Amino acid sequence: MSRNAKINALLLLVVAALAVLPLALGLGDHKEEPFTGADGEAETAITEIEPDYEPWFSPLYEPPSGEIESALFSLQAAIGAGVLAYYFGLHRGRRQGEARALAQRDAEAAAQDVPGSGSASGKSTAEQD
Amino acid sequence: MHIAEGFLPPAHAVAWGVASAPFVVHGVRSLTREVKEHPESTLLLGASGAFTFVLSALKLPSVTGSCSHPTGTGLGAILFRPPIMAVLGTITLLFQALLLAHGGLTTLGANVFSMAVVGPWAGYAIYRLLRRYGVPLMVAVFFGAFLADLSTYCVTTVQLALAFPDPSSGFLGALGKFGSIFAVTQIPLAVSEGLLTVFVMRLLVQSSKGELTRLGVLVAGKQAATGAGTEAVAR
Repeated sequence: MSRNAKINALLLLVVAALAVLPLALGLGDHKEEPFTGADGEAETAITEIEPDYEPWFSPLYEPPSGEIESALFSLQAAIGAGVLAYYFGLHRGRRQGEARALAQRDAEAAAQDVPGSGSASGKSTAEQD
Repeated sequence: MHIAEGFLPPAHAVAWGVASAPFVVHGVRSLTREVKEHPESTLLLGASGAFTFVLSALKLPSVTGSCSHPTGTGLGAILFRPPIMAVLGTITLLFQALLLAHGGLTTLGANVFSMAVVGPWAGYAIYRLLRRYGVPLMVAVFFGAFLADLSTYCVTTVQLALAFPDPSSGFLGALGKFGSIFAVTQIPLAVSEGLLTVFVMRLLVQSSKGELTRLGVLVAGKQAATGAGTEAVAR
């Protein structure tokens, strides 16, 4: 593995560790419901501060079950990951194509430097194109 | 940081909407100008929006025993400046408000203000500041993304404390209460977001030198080899 790839792997490893450690160390054990969403906890806190508060508007569409909700969240992540993968794949391909084209040009130039064979190789690549 | 639908009193909801609107309008203008002047940047714009999509769908456990998610707005703010991120962040929030019942339309203004306005600006500001003092690119990127993430949740905390001051301890009491839910939970997640943003930026430096140079993230003429990359991207 190159140094570059090692650093990238290390970055991802630390992110994974930061996500796993709270679970592994049981940091949610003091709660009735461990690892609920902070957004939901804020709603609870609001009703604690103002027990009479009634939300005055409800979502136009609510996923009918936890499964549907997680499906839509996965969809969101999948769309994002797909676009990112397309971006990096496209650029990697472009770079490879670029390198190949340059190598070919150099090879042609080298071939043309050799007297006699130059015109022949020039013709053959022109036909290929 | 998503304040749930209907969970801000109408006056607050309207006020945050009014506060956010000019940033989003200005952002739409910047975005259309960027696409018109540099059509080649459309792909990277899409990638920046995609990064926000992935990260804000990623709910991660934190040290407080609850879960929250990063925002992913730091990357786009560093690459394209914060106004454009106001638009990309709003799109993400709209998707979640309409399809996931996560956040909401009445709280969109407040959520846009925290995630798509303050977050990107705070992250961008610290990034520029660090760069000016000669801090290495990736260190500045880390702190930019870290602060974009954390400041978003601090704003949410203030928004909720303003709307729901504690009956006995007032605004400051509520600030502490919401802060312990959001801000503390968010610190390790902001570190994760910083690291992930550095990861993506490293991939970008490898794959898109020319584009990053045009956007001013990389300095032109640093390496002779950059020339070939610039040509490739310009095409």
